[in-house]
Amino acid sequence: MAKLFFENRVLTVTDEETVLDGLLRHGVAVPSGCRSGVCQSCVMKAVDRTPPEAAQTGLRDNLKERGFFLACQWRPDGDVAIALPEQEVLRRFTLPVTGRDDLSPAVVRLRLAVDPAFHYRAGQFINVYRDDGLVRSYSLSSTPVLDSELELHVQKVEGGRVSRWLREEVVVGDHLTVSEPLGDLCYRSGVRERNLLLIGTGTGLGPLYGIAREALESGHHGAIHLYHGSGFPEGLYLRDVLQHLAGDFPNFHYWPSVSRVDSGIPGVRRGRAAALAMAEHPDLRGWLVYLCGHPEMVAATRRTAFLAGARLGDIRADPFIVNAAPEATPA
Amino acid sequence: MNQSLYERIGGDAAIDAAVEIFYRRVLADDRINRFFEGVDMERQAAKQKAFLKFAFGGPNNYTGKDMREGHAHLVKQGLNDSHFDAVMENLAATLKELNVPDELIQEAAAIAESTRNDVLGR
Repeated sequence: MAKLFFENRVLTVTDEETVLDGLLRHGVAVPSGCRSGVCQSCVMKAVDRTPPEAAQTGLRDNLKERGFFLACQWRPDGDVAIALPEQEVLRRFTLPVTGRDDLSPAVVRLRLAVDPAFHYRAGQFINVYRDDGLVRSYSLSSTPVLDSELELHVQKVEGGRVSRWLREEVVVGDHLTVSEPLGDLCYRSGVRERNLLLIGTGTGLGPLYGIAREALESGHHGAIHLYHGSGFPEGLYLRDVLQHLAGDFPNFHYWPSVSRVDSGIPGVRRGRAAALAMAEHPDLRGWLVYLCGHPEMVAATRRTAFLAGARLGDIRADPFIVNAAPEATPA
Repeated sequence: MNQSLYERIGGDAAIDAAVEIFYRRVLADDRINRFFEGVDMERQAAKQKAFLKFAFGGPNNYTGKDMREGHAHLVKQGLNDSHFDAVMENLAATLKELNVPDELIQEAAAIAESTRNDVLGR
Protein backbone atom coordinates (compact mmCIF):
# COMPACT_ATOMS: atom_id res chain seq x y z
CA MET A 1 0.00 0.00 0.00
CA ALA A 2 1.27 3.45 -0.81
CA LYS A 3 -0.19 6.93 -0.88
CA LEU A 4 -0.13 9.19 -3.90
CA PHE A 5 -0.24 12.90 -3.16
CA PHE A 6 -1.75 14.39 -6.32
CA GLU A 7 -3.07 17.94 -6.60
CA ASN A 8 -4.84 18.32 -3.28
CA ARG A 9 -5.84 14.68 -2.91
CA VAL A 10 -4.39 11.70 -1.09
CA LEU A 11 -5.03 8.48 -3.02
CA THR A 12 -4.08 4.98 -1.90
CA VAL A 13 -2.68 2.48 -4.34
CA THR A 14 -2.44 -1.25 -3.68
CA ASP A 15 0.80 -3.22 -4.01
CA GLU A 16 -0.21 -4.53 -7.43
CA GLU A 17 -1.23 -1.19 -8.89
CA THR A 18 0.94 1.12 -10.90
CA VAL A 19 0.58 4.88 -10.40
CA LEU A 20 -1.55 4.92 -13.55
CA ASP A 21 -3.80 2.06 -12.37
CA GLY A 22 -4.34 3.83 -9.06
CA LEU A 23 -5.11 7.21 -10.58
CA LEU A 24 -7.56 5.74 -13.11
CA ARG A 25 -9.27 3.70 -10.41
CA HIS A 26 -9.79 6.88 -8.41
CA GLY A 27 -11.33 8.54 -11.45
CA VAL A 28 -8.44 10.85 -12.23
CA ALA A 29 -8.41 11.44 -15.97
CA VAL A 30 -4.70 11.04 -16.60
CA PRO A 31 -3.76 10.60 -20.26
CA SER A 32 -2.63 7.14 -21.21
CA GLY A 33 -2.06 5.12 -24.34
CA CYS A 34 -0.27 1.82 -24.61
CA ARG A 35 0.08 1.30 -20.84
CA SER A 36 3.26 -0.60 -21.64
CA GLY A 37 5.98 2.00 -21.19
CA VAL A 38 6.35 2.89 -24.87
CA CYS A 39 4.14 5.79 -25.97
CA GLN A 40 4.94 8.19 -23.10
CA SER A 41 1.34 9.43 -22.93
CA CYS A 42 1.15 8.85 -19.16
CA VAL A 43 4.28 10.83 -18.33
CA MET A 44 4.13 12.54 -14.93
CA LYS A 45 6.53 14.15 -12.53
CA ALA A 46 7.64 12.89 -9.12
CA VAL A 47 7.87 15.95 -6.91
CA ASP A 48 9.68 14.69 -3.83
CA ARG A 49 11.49 11.50 -4.85
CA THR A 50 13.53 10.14 -7.70
CA PRO A 51 11.49 7.60 -9.61
CA PRO A 52 13.10 4.21 -10.31
CA GLU A 53 15.02 3.98 -13.57
CA ALA A 54 12.67 1.29 -14.81
CA ALA A 55 9.86 3.86 -14.78
CA GLN A 56 11.90 6.32 -16.87
CA THR A 57 12.80 4.19 -19.89
CA GLY A 58 12.77 6.16 -23.11
CA LEU A 59 12.56 9.61 -21.55
CA ARG A 60 15.15 12.19 -22.49
CA ASP A 61 17.96 12.62 -19.96
CA ASN A 62 16.94 16.11 -18.87
CA LEU A 63 13.45 14.83 -18.14
CA LYS A 64 14.82 11.91 -16.14
CA GLU A 65 16.91 14.29 -14.07
CA ARG A 66 13.85 16.40 -13.34
CA GLY A 67 11.96 13.42 -11.98
CA PHE A 68 9.67 12.66 -14.91
CA PHE A 69 8.43 9.08 -15.12
CA LEU A 70 5.91 6.86 -16.92
CA ALA A 71 2.90 6.31 -14.65
CA CYS A 72 2.18 2.88 -16.13
CA GLN A 73 5.65 1.64 -15.16
CA TRP A 74 5.88 2.52 -11.48
CA ARG A 75 4.51 0.42 -8.61
CA PRO A 76 5.53 2.68 -5.75
CA ASP A 77 6.89 1.04 -2.62
CA GLY A 78 6.27 4.14 -0.51
CA ASP A 79 4.32 7.39 -0.47
CA VAL A 80 5.04 9.76 -3.31
CA ALA A 81 3.96 13.24 -4.38
CA ILE A 82 3.24 13.47 -8.10
CA ALA A 83 2.09 16.06 -10.60
CA LEU A 84 1.15 16.31 -14.24
CA PRO A 85 3.78 17.96 -16.41
CA GLU A 86 3.25 21.74 -16.78
CA GLN A 87 3.47 21.44 -20.52
CA GLU A 88 3.45 18.70 -23.07
CA VAL A 89 6.55 16.65 -22.73
CA LEU A 90 6.37 15.60 -26.33
CA ARG A 91 6.16 18.20 -29.04
CA ARG A 92 2.98 18.03 -31.09
CA PHE A 93 2.31 18.71 -34.74
CA THR A 94 -0.96 19.15 -36.61
CA LEU A 95 -0.54 17.64 -40.05
CA PRO A 96 -2.96 17.44 -43.00
CA VAL A 97 -3.92 14.05 -44.40
CA THR A 98 -2.86 14.09 -48.04
CA GLY A 99 -3.58 10.56 -49.12
CA ARG A 100 -5.51 7.47 -48.20
CA ASP A 101 -5.49 4.10 -49.96
CA ASP A 102 -6.01 0.44 -49.22
CA LEU A 103 -2.86 -1.63 -49.33
CA SER A 104 -4.87 -4.75 -48.55
CA PRO A 105 -8.31 -5.61 -47.12
CA ALA A 106 -6.84 -5.15 -43.65
CA VAL A 107 -4.31 -2.35 -44.12
CA VAL A 108 -5.03 1.29 -44.91
CA ARG A 109 -2.17 3.62 -45.84
CA LEU A 110 -2.47 7.21 -44.71
CA ARG A 111 -0.16 9.92 -45.98
CA LEU A 112 0.48 13.10 -44.03
CA ALA A 113 2.23 16.26 -45.16
CA VAL A 114 5.57 16.80 -43.44
CA ASP A 115 6.25 19.83 -41.27
CA PRO A 116 9.75 21.31 -41.75
CA ALA A 117 10.32 21.07 -38.02
CA PHE A 118 9.45 17.36 -37.96
CA HIS A 119 12.74 15.47 -38.14
CA TYR A 120 12.45 11.72 -38.21
CA ARG A 121 14.22 8.58 -39.28
CA ALA A 122 12.68 5.55 -40.93
CA GLY A 123 11.40 3.09 -38.34
CA GLN A 124 10.39 5.61 -35.70
CA PHE A 125 6.81 5.97 -34.50
CA ILE A 126 4.45 8.79 -33.58
CA ASN A 127 1.54 9.10 -31.20
CA VAL A 128 -1.75 10.03 -32.85
CA TYR A 129 -4.00 12.05 -30.51
CA ARG A 130 -7.73 12.04 -30.99
CA ASP A 131 -9.71 15.05 -29.74
CA ASP A 132 -11.40 13.03 -27.02
CA GLY A 133 -8.06 12.13 -25.47
CA LEU A 134 -7.49 8.68 -26.97
CA VAL A 135 -3.88 8.15 -27.97
CA ARG A 136 -2.36 5.38 -30.02
CA SER A 137 1.10 4.89 -31.50
CA TYR A 138 1.74 4.25 -35.18
CA SER A 139 5.01 3.48 -36.88
CA LEU A 140 6.21 5.55 -39.80
CA SER A 141 6.83 3.50 -42.92
CA SER A 142 8.17 6.39 -44.95
CA THR A 143 11.77 7.53 -45.07
CA PRO A 144 12.84 11.18 -45.27
CA VAL A 145 15.56 10.29 -47.79
CA LEU A 146 13.01 9.14 -50.37
CA ASP A 147 9.52 10.27 -49.38
CA SER A 148 8.15 13.78 -49.34
CA GLU A 149 5.30 12.77 -47.05
CA LEU A 150 4.82 10.68 -43.93
CA GLU A 151 3.26 7.28 -44.33
CA LEU A 152 1.37 5.22 -41.75
CA HIS A 153 -0.01 1.71 -42.14
CA VAL A 154 -3.20 1.26 -40.13
CA GLN A 155 -4.22 -2.31 -39.45
CA LYS A 156 -7.86 -3.24 -38.92
CA VAL A 157 -8.14 -4.08 -35.21
CA GLU A 158 -11.33 -5.69 -33.87
CA GLY A 159 -12.75 -3.26 -31.34
CA GLY A 160 -9.94 -0.80 -31.97
CA ARG A 161 -11.43 2.67 -31.56
CA VAL A 162 -8.56 4.67 -33.02
CA SER A 163 -7.87 2.24 -35.85
CA ARG A 164 -11.56 2.33 -36.80
CA TRP A 165 -11.56 6.12 -36.71
CA LEU A 166 -8.42 6.36 -38.86
CA ARG A 167 -9.57 3.73 -41.34
CA GLU A 168 -13.25 4.68 -41.69
CA GLU A 169 -13.69 8.33 -40.73
CA VAL A 170 -10.53 10.27 -41.47
CA VAL A 171 -10.44 11.62 -45.03
CA VAL A 172 -8.00 13.57 -47.18
CA GLY A 173 -8.00 17.17 -46.01
CA ASP A 174 -8.55 16.32 -42.34
CA HIS A 175 -5.81 17.20 -39.88
CA LEU A 176 -4.25 14.81 -37.39
CA THR A 177 -2.50 15.86 -34.19
CA VAL A 178 0.62 13.76 -33.75
CA SER A 179 3.67 13.73 -31.53
CA GLU A 180 7.29 14.23 -32.44
CA PRO A 181 8.92 11.02 -33.67
CA LEU A 182 9.87 8.46 -31.02
CA GLY A 183 11.76 5.22 -30.76
CA ASP A 184 15.18 3.86 -31.63
CA LEU A 185 14.20 1.31 -34.27
CA CYS A 186 16.24 3.17 -36.89
CA TYR A 187 18.90 2.67 -39.47
CA ARG A 188 22.15 4.10 -38.09
CA SER A 189 25.10 5.71 -39.78
CA GLY A 190 28.33 3.76 -40.01
CA VAL A 191 26.73 0.36 -40.59
CA ARG A 192 26.84 0.10 -44.39
CA GLU A 193 28.85 -3.10 -44.41
CA ARG A 194 26.84 -4.85 -41.71
CA ASN A 195 24.18 -7.42 -42.47
CA LEU A 196 20.62 -6.50 -41.49
CA LEU A 197 17.96 -8.99 -40.48
CA LEU A 198 14.49 -7.47 -40.50
CA ILE A 199 11.59 -9.53 -39.16
CA GLY A 200 8.02 -8.24 -39.13
CA THR A 201 4.54 -9.58 -38.60
CA GLY A 202 1.40 -7.86 -39.89
CA THR A 203 1.86 -4.10 -40.14
CA GLY A 204 5.23 -4.55 -38.47
CA LEU A 205 6.30 -4.57 -42.09
CA GLY A 206 5.74 -0.80 -42.27
CA PRO A 207 8.77 0.51 -40.36
CA LEU A 208 10.99 -2.27 -41.71
CA TYR A 209 9.99 -1.27 -45.24
CA GLY A 210 11.07 2.28 -44.43
CA ILE A 211 14.35 1.14 -42.90
CA ALA A 212 15.19 -1.16 -45.82
CA ARG A 213 14.59 1.61 -48.38
CA GLU A 214 16.51 4.14 -46.30
CA ALA A 215 19.44 1.74 -46.01
CA LEU A 216 19.52 0.93 -49.72
CA GLU A 217 19.19 4.59 -50.70
CA SER A 218 22.10 5.39 -48.36
CA GLY A 219 24.30 2.92 -50.23
CA HIS A 220 24.08 -0.01 -47.86
CA HIS A 221 26.42 -2.80 -49.05
CA GLY A 222 25.76 -5.51 -46.51
CA ALA A 223 22.99 -8.03 -46.99
CA ILE A 224 19.47 -7.02 -46.02
CA HIS A 225 17.08 -9.89 -45.37
CA LEU A 226 13.46 -8.92 -44.79
CA TYR A 227 11.14 -11.60 -43.44
CA HIS A 228 7.45 -10.70 -43.41
CA GLY A 229 4.93 -13.07 -41.90
CA SER A 230 1.21 -13.22 -41.45
CA GLY A 231 -1.32 -15.88 -40.51
CA PHE A 232 -2.95 -15.80 -43.91
CA PRO A 233 -2.00 -14.61 -47.42
CA GLU A 234 -4.31 -11.57 -47.12
CA GLY A 235 -2.06 -10.23 -44.38
CA LEU A 236 0.91 -9.96 -46.72
CA TYR A 237 0.93 -6.59 -48.44
CA LEU A 238 3.36 -4.57 -50.57
CA ARG A 239 4.47 -7.88 -52.05
CA ASP A 240 4.93 -6.56 -55.58
CA VAL A 241 6.81 -3.49 -54.36
CA LEU A 242 9.16 -5.62 -52.28
CA GLN A 243 9.73 -8.10 -55.07
CA HIS A 244 10.70 -5.20 -57.33
CA LEU A 245 13.03 -3.88 -54.68
CA ALA A 246 14.70 -7.29 -54.53
CA GLY A 247 15.02 -7.22 -58.29
CA ASP A 248 16.65 -3.78 -58.22
CA PHE A 249 19.08 -4.40 -55.35
CA PRO A 250 21.03 -7.69 -55.36
CA ASN A 251 21.80 -7.37 -51.64
CA PHE A 252 18.12 -7.06 -50.66
CA HIS A 253 16.23 -10.32 -50.04
CA TYR A 254 12.50 -10.54 -49.40
CA TRP A 255 11.06 -13.62 -47.67
CA PRO A 256 7.27 -13.54 -47.30
CA SER A 257 5.61 -16.36 -45.37
CA VAL A 258 2.24 -17.42 -44.12
CA SER A 259 1.87 -19.46 -40.95
CA ARG A 260 -1.65 -20.87 -40.78
CA VAL A 261 -2.32 -22.18 -44.28
CA ASP A 262 -0.42 -23.01 -47.44
CA SER A 263 -0.37 -19.77 -49.38
CA GLY A 264 -0.83 -21.23 -52.83
CA ILE A 265 1.36 -18.38 -54.05
CA PRO A 266 4.75 -19.05 -55.61
CA GLY A 267 7.50 -17.55 -53.50
CA VAL A 268 5.39 -17.35 -50.35
CA ARG A 269 6.46 -20.07 -47.94
CA ARG A 270 4.65 -21.77 -45.11
CA GLY A 271 5.97 -20.95 -41.66
CA ARG A 272 6.44 -18.25 -39.07
CA ALA A 273 8.66 -15.40 -40.19
CA ALA A 274 10.86 -15.45 -37.10
CA ALA A 275 11.29 -19.23 -37.12
CA LEU A 276 12.31 -19.21 -40.77
CA ALA A 277 14.69 -16.32 -40.20
CA MET A 278 16.41 -17.97 -37.22
CA ALA A 279 16.70 -21.30 -39.00
CA GLU A 280 18.29 -19.67 -42.03
CA HIS A 281 20.59 -17.40 -40.02
CA PRO A 282 21.90 -19.43 -37.08
CA ASP A 283 24.98 -17.23 -36.63
CA LEU A 284 24.08 -13.59 -36.11
CA ARG A 285 27.42 -12.34 -34.83
CA GLY A 286 27.93 -8.85 -36.20
CA TRP A 287 24.37 -8.57 -37.55
CA LEU A 288 21.89 -5.83 -36.82
CA VAL A 289 18.47 -7.24 -36.05
CA TYR A 290 15.19 -5.31 -36.29
CA LEU A 291 12.00 -6.87 -34.93
CA CYS A 292 8.57 -5.40 -35.39
CA GLY A 293 5.05 -6.62 -34.71
CA HIS A 294 3.56 -9.17 -32.38
CA PRO A 295 4.93 -8.66 -28.86
CA GLU A 296 5.47 -12.37 -28.27
CA MET A 297 7.40 -12.72 -31.52
CA VAL A 298 9.48 -9.70 -30.59
CA ALA A 299 10.35 -10.91 -27.08
CA ALA A 300 11.10 -14.48 -28.11
CA THR A 301 13.10 -13.50 -31.19
CA ARG A 302 15.14 -10.95 -29.30
CA ARG A 303 16.29 -13.74 -27.05
CA THR A 304 16.92 -16.19 -29.89
CA ALA A 305 18.83 -13.58 -31.87
CA PHE A 306 20.95 -12.78 -28.82
CA LEU A 307 21.73 -16.45 -28.27
CA ALA A 308 22.63 -16.66 -31.96
CA GLY A 309 25.37 -14.12 -31.31
CA ALA A 310 23.83 -10.71 -32.02
CA ARG A 311 24.81 -8.09 -29.45
CA LEU A 312 21.96 -6.93 -27.24
CA GLY A 313 22.44 -3.34 -28.38
CA ASP A 314 22.26 -4.44 -32.02
CA ILE A 315 18.78 -5.88 -31.59
CA ARG A 316 16.17 -3.16 -31.97
CA ALA A 317 12.53 -3.92 -31.48
CA ASP A 318 9.13 -2.32 -31.68
CA PRO A 319 6.41 -4.52 -30.22
CA PHE A 320 2.95 -3.59 -31.52
CA ILE A 321 0.93 -3.64 -28.35
CA VAL A 322 -2.81 -3.90 -28.84
CA ASN A 323 -4.28 -2.68 -25.62
CA ALA A 324 -7.92 -1.82 -25.06
CA ALA A 325 -7.38 0.71 -22.29
CA PRO A 326 -10.32 1.23 -19.93
CA GLU A 327 -11.72 4.75 -19.65
CA ALA A 328 -11.27 6.48 -16.28
CA THR A 329 -14.27 5.77 -14.05
CA PRO A 330 -15.72 9.09 -12.86
CA ALA A 331 -15.19 9.66 -9.14
CA MET B 1 49.82 2.12 -6.29
CA ASN B 2 47.94 -1.14 -6.19
CA GLN B 3 45.48 -1.43 -9.01
CA SER B 4 42.08 -2.81 -8.06
CA LEU B 5 41.01 -6.12 -9.55
CA TYR B 6 38.46 -4.16 -11.56
CA GLU B 7 41.20 -2.07 -13.13
CA ARG B 8 43.52 -5.04 -13.66
CA ILE B 9 40.77 -7.00 -15.41
CA GLY B 10 40.21 -4.05 -17.75
CA GLY B 11 37.59 -1.82 -16.17
CA ASP B 12 34.32 -0.91 -17.87
CA ALA B 13 35.39 -2.12 -21.32
CA ALA B 14 36.04 -5.57 -19.90
CA ILE B 15 32.68 -5.52 -18.14
CA ASP B 16 30.84 -4.69 -21.36
CA ALA B 17 32.52 -7.55 -23.19
CA ALA B 18 31.91 -9.89 -20.28
CA VAL B 19 28.21 -9.10 -19.90
CA GLU B 20 27.31 -10.22 -23.40
CA ILE B 21 29.18 -13.48 -23.01
CA PHE B 22 28.02 -14.15 -19.44
CA TYR B 23 24.36 -13.39 -20.18
CA ARG B 24 24.40 -15.63 -23.26
CA ARG B 25 25.88 -18.46 -21.22
CA VAL B 26 23.33 -18.07 -18.47
CA LEU B 27 20.38 -18.03 -20.90
CA ALA B 28 21.69 -21.14 -22.60
CA ASP B 29 22.23 -22.97 -19.29
CA ASP B 30 19.17 -25.12 -18.60
CA ARG B 31 20.07 -25.44 -14.93
CA ILE B 32 19.40 -21.77 -14.29
CA ASN B 33 17.82 -20.04 -17.29
CA ARG B 34 14.33 -20.35 -15.80
CA PHE B 35 15.30 -17.77 -13.20
CA PHE B 36 15.87 -15.29 -16.01
CA GLU B 37 12.59 -15.92 -17.81
CA GLY B 38 10.25 -13.04 -18.55
CA VAL B 39 12.62 -10.35 -17.43
CA ASP B 40 13.20 -7.44 -19.77
CA MET B 41 16.50 -8.30 -21.42
CA GLU B 42 18.04 -4.87 -21.27
CA ARG B 43 17.16 -4.49 -17.63
CA GLN B 44 18.57 -7.93 -16.95
CA ALA B 45 21.78 -7.07 -18.79
CA ALA B 46 22.11 -3.96 -16.63
CA LYS B 47 21.85 -6.14 -13.51
CA GLN B 48 24.45 -8.54 -14.89
CA LYS B 49 26.70 -5.57 -15.51
CA ALA B 50 26.30 -4.42 -11.93
CA PHE B 51 26.99 -7.94 -10.68
CA LEU B 52 30.14 -8.30 -12.77
CA LYS B 53 31.37 -4.92 -11.66
CA PHE B 54 30.87 -6.04 -8.10
CA ALA B 55 32.61 -9.38 -8.72
CA PHE B 56 35.59 -7.54 -10.13
CA GLY B 57 35.84 -5.46 -6.97
CA GLY B 58 34.66 -2.39 -8.84
CA PRO B 59 32.78 0.52 -7.29
CA ASN B 60 29.23 -0.56 -6.57
CA ASN B 61 26.25 0.06 -4.33
CA TYR B 62 25.39 -3.49 -3.35
CA THR B 63 24.70 -4.32 0.25
CA GLY B 64 24.06 -7.74 1.72
CA LYS B 65 20.49 -6.59 2.22
CA ASP B 66 20.15 -5.74 -1.50
CA MET B 67 21.35 -9.22 -2.44
CA ARG B 68 18.96 -10.78 0.01
CA GLU B 69 15.92 -8.77 -1.07
CA GLY B 70 16.80 -8.93 -4.76
CA HIS B 71 16.85 -12.71 -4.78
CA ALA B 72 14.14 -13.48 -2.21
CA HIS B 73 11.48 -14.17 -4.86
CA LEU B 74 13.87 -16.57 -6.62
CA VAL B 75 14.60 -18.39 -3.38
CA LYS B 76 10.84 -18.91 -3.13
CA GLN B 77 10.98 -20.46 -6.60
CA GLY B 78 13.61 -22.91 -5.42
CA LEU B 79 16.92 -21.10 -5.88
CA ASN B 80 19.60 -23.13 -4.08
CA ASP B 81 23.34 -23.87 -3.87
CA SER B 82 23.36 -25.81 -7.13
CA HIS B 83 22.11 -22.76 -9.00
CA PHE B 84 24.59 -20.49 -7.30
CA ASP B 85 27.33 -22.95 -8.30
CA ALA B 86 26.08 -22.91 -11.88
CA VAL B 87 26.28 -19.13 -12.01
CA MET B 88 29.81 -19.25 -10.57
CA GLU B 89 30.75 -21.77 -13.25
CA ASN B 90 29.43 -19.48 -15.99
CA LEU B 91 31.29 -16.54 -14.50
CA ALA B 92 34.57 -18.44 -14.55
CA ALA B 93 33.97 -19.71 -18.08
CA THR B 94 33.23 -16.17 -19.25
CA LEU B 95 36.44 -14.80 -17.82
CA LYS B 96 38.39 -17.70 -19.27
CA GLU B 97 36.90 -16.97 -22.69
CA LEU B 98 38.13 -13.40 -22.31
CA ASN B 99 41.63 -14.68 -21.51
CA VAL B 100 41.61 -13.25 -18.02
CA PRO B 101 44.56 -14.77 -16.08
CA ASP B 102 43.68 -17.55 -13.62
CA GLU B 103 44.75 -15.59 -10.52
CA LEU B 104 42.33 -12.79 -11.40
CA ILE B 105 39.56 -15.32 -12.07
CA GLN B 106 40.16 -16.74 -8.57
CA GLU B 107 39.95 -13.27 -7.05
CA ALA B 108 36.67 -12.48 -8.83
CA ALA B 109 35.26 -15.89 -7.88
CA ALA B 110 36.11 -15.30 -4.23
CA ILE B 111 34.27 -11.98 -4.23
CA ALA B 112 31.21 -13.53 -5.89
CA GLU B 113 31.34 -16.49 -3.51
CA SER B 114 31.14 -14.15 -0.54
CA THR B 115 27.53 -13.34 -1.47
CA ARG B 116 26.28 -16.93 -1.36
CA ASN B 117 24.48 -16.74 1.96
CA ASP B 118 22.91 -13.37 1.22
CA VAL B 119 21.73 -14.45 -2.22
CA LEU B 120 20.26 -17.69 -0.87
CA GLY B 121 18.64 -15.94 2.08
CA ARG B 122 20.55 -17.84 4.78
